[in-house]
Amino acid sequence: MLEIHGLTASIGDKPILKGIELSVPAGEIHAIMGPNGSGKSTLGYVLAGREDYTVTGGGVTFEGHDMLAMEPEARAAAGLFLAFQAPVELPGVNNANFMRTALNAVRRAHGESELDAVQFLKLARGELKRLAMADDMLKRNVNVGFSGGEKKRNEVLQMTLLKPRFAVLDETDSGLDIDALKIVADGVNGLRGPGFSALVITHHQRLLDHLVPNRVHVLAGGRILRSGGPELAKELEKNGYGAMLAEAA
Amino acid sequence: MNAITETGTAGFLARYEALKGRLPGDSTLRAAAADAFRTLGLPGAARGRRSEAWKYTTLQPLGGMSFGSSSVAPSIDIPEAAARLVFSGGAFRADLSTPVPGFARFADQPDFGTLTWPDREPMVALNTMLAEDGAELAVPEGHDAGIVFLVHLGIEGTSAHPRHMVRLERGARLTLMEISNGTGSYMHNPVFEIHVADGAALTHVRIQTEDITAFHLATIYAAVASGGTYDSFTLNVGARITRTEIHASLDGPGAIAHLNGAQLLTGSQHGDFTSVVRHTAPKGTSRQTVKNVLAGRSRGVFQGRIEVARGAQGTDGYQMNRALLLSPDAEIDTKPELEIFADDVKCSHGATVGELDAEQLFYLRSRGIPDQEARSILVRAFLAEALDPVTNETARDLLEASVARWWANGAWGQSE
Repeated sequence: MLEIHGLTASIGDKPILKGIELSVPAGEIHAIMGPNGSGKSTLGYVLAGREDYTVTGGGVTFEGHDMLAMEPEARAAAGLFLAFQAPVELPGVNNANFMRTALNAVRRAHGESELDAVQFLKLARGELKRLAMADDMLKRNVNVGFSGGEKKRNEVLQMTLLKPRFAVLDETDSGLDIDALKIVADGVNGLRGPGFSALVITHHQRLLDHLVPNRVHVLAGGRILRSGGPELAKELEKNGYGAMLAEAA
Repeated sequence: MNAITETGTAGFLARYEALKGRLPGDSTLRAAAADAFRTLGLPGAARGRRSEAWKYTTLQPLGGMSFGSSSVAPSIDIPEAAARLVFSGGAFRADLSTPVPGFARFADQPDFGTLTWPDREPMVALNTMLAEDGAELAVPEGHDAGIVFLVHLGIEGTSAHPRHMVRLERGARLTLMEISNGTGSYMHNPVFEIHVADGAALTHVRIQTEDITAFHLATIYAAVASGGTYDSFTLNVGARITRTEIHASLDGPGAIAHLNGAQLLTGSQHGDFTSVVRHTAPKGTSRQTVKNVLAGRSRGVFQGRIEVARGAQGTDGYQMNRALLLSPDAEIDTKPELEIFADDVKCSHGATVGELDAEQLFYLRSRGIPDQEARSILVRAFLAEALDPVTNETARDLLEASVARWWANGAWGQSE
């Protein structure tokens, strides 16, 4: 579903990604782990099309399309979703209006009819209930005054509403208590199926207990250092990155 | 009525000469104002002086125009309201107004007040020289007068200099909804004098949606006594050139002044928001946030000064000017000033000038929202926030309607 070949990217003059090779087949969940500053978030942003990063080489194809040639909104319409590590606050923008606008933009791009406010609220309330989130979340301004956990859950809500074909979760589990962690995992597991894949960026084994990945990749220094099955995450949890980095060097 | 062909400063002086025998009130005061206006002239006009107070705004385009008098009122929708006072071309229109307790016409009992400075302010001098009518509104002690609309309709080819006086006695309350509207090219130069007595509260909401070729120059003097509140919000949408000049004096302990506002400008519009807040008594609070959305080749000006006198300990002053520039040709000039002579004060000011936030824009686009739509969402959010200080529902509805109209006119699209 997603193929990354020799991807290099930099911010300003500073190279961050130094040749990523990664393939995520349809229906699979892959985890990306790695020390801070290894380029994990950059990978997420580059996939979503953030302009601050310059792609200097390599390519990304998403279901056969050259994804790097697409605008961020076109990537979203094609089914890509990035759950932000630090969700952006939008003062003055109502959460429900924001999500309806997003959903309708994607529906429009698919040639589907738009949802009116009533239809949307019905849909959103259902998802809120499933995610054990309070209804008043919709009335507030996007992420403004949200706790860290609320922001992360708001990302998951957007994801479940937009029903992406490929989700990148950038440390969505960071700073969450066990209940909130389960909500995030449930959100992803609810989308799981042959037509859905995800790249889960995380520091912790914990999330992967709920969200068992098909593959685990270790990203360090802008490259995939090692790949393996779910047992690789457990090994990292026990031994840390030190031994692996030393071995690679 | 009066065929006046002279333009600019000379034109106004000629009008004064023609009318002076018939103008109501203190003729000595008017003569002094005329002398002052002769000396000061129209700011920025050929014979006018350059002054610091008018550093960024010139009335040169006004100087080339001649204004007469006309009694033809434009037909304009006046909002449904319990109480309203309507003026057109500077004159009271009983036929369009409703009875309002405590109201008197300036034409009937002229009161020039005590707060204004016709000797220093050219537009106040001009108003003092030519004022023919205006609203004088008194709210007695402890009385809540609710909402009163004060509407002014500008008439093509005329200049109007209404003189308004608002007095709230102890503990009185009033929401004054001031709406300036009109058709064609005209000048509207109102002067307000406002007295808020102990514990009284005036909410003054000002919606300026003048004709795009009109000139709107408003000067407001407010004196707030102990525990009193002057809470004002100005929305500037219309007019070719507009200047909102507010002088608020916090004269009693614990007095409060809010001088908030928003300007939405496009084309070659010019909007100047100038204010002076004087803290003369202890524990006063002043708050001012002015937001500008500037498209096209428009220009916004913010000059705000907070003065804290020696005895005004415990003063809390805050001033913020924010501007969103939607076009590379739009411009904002901002000059916040603090002048503090007391040692126990909390005063801060700031200004931000910017384009849309790239991170917010990316967040919206990453959710599938197309670039243009995402931009419009962020501009509207900036505007929605600007209206935050207004809590009165009637006022908010009217303000939101004005913003929506500005939006629907596609004004901001001219930035492309």
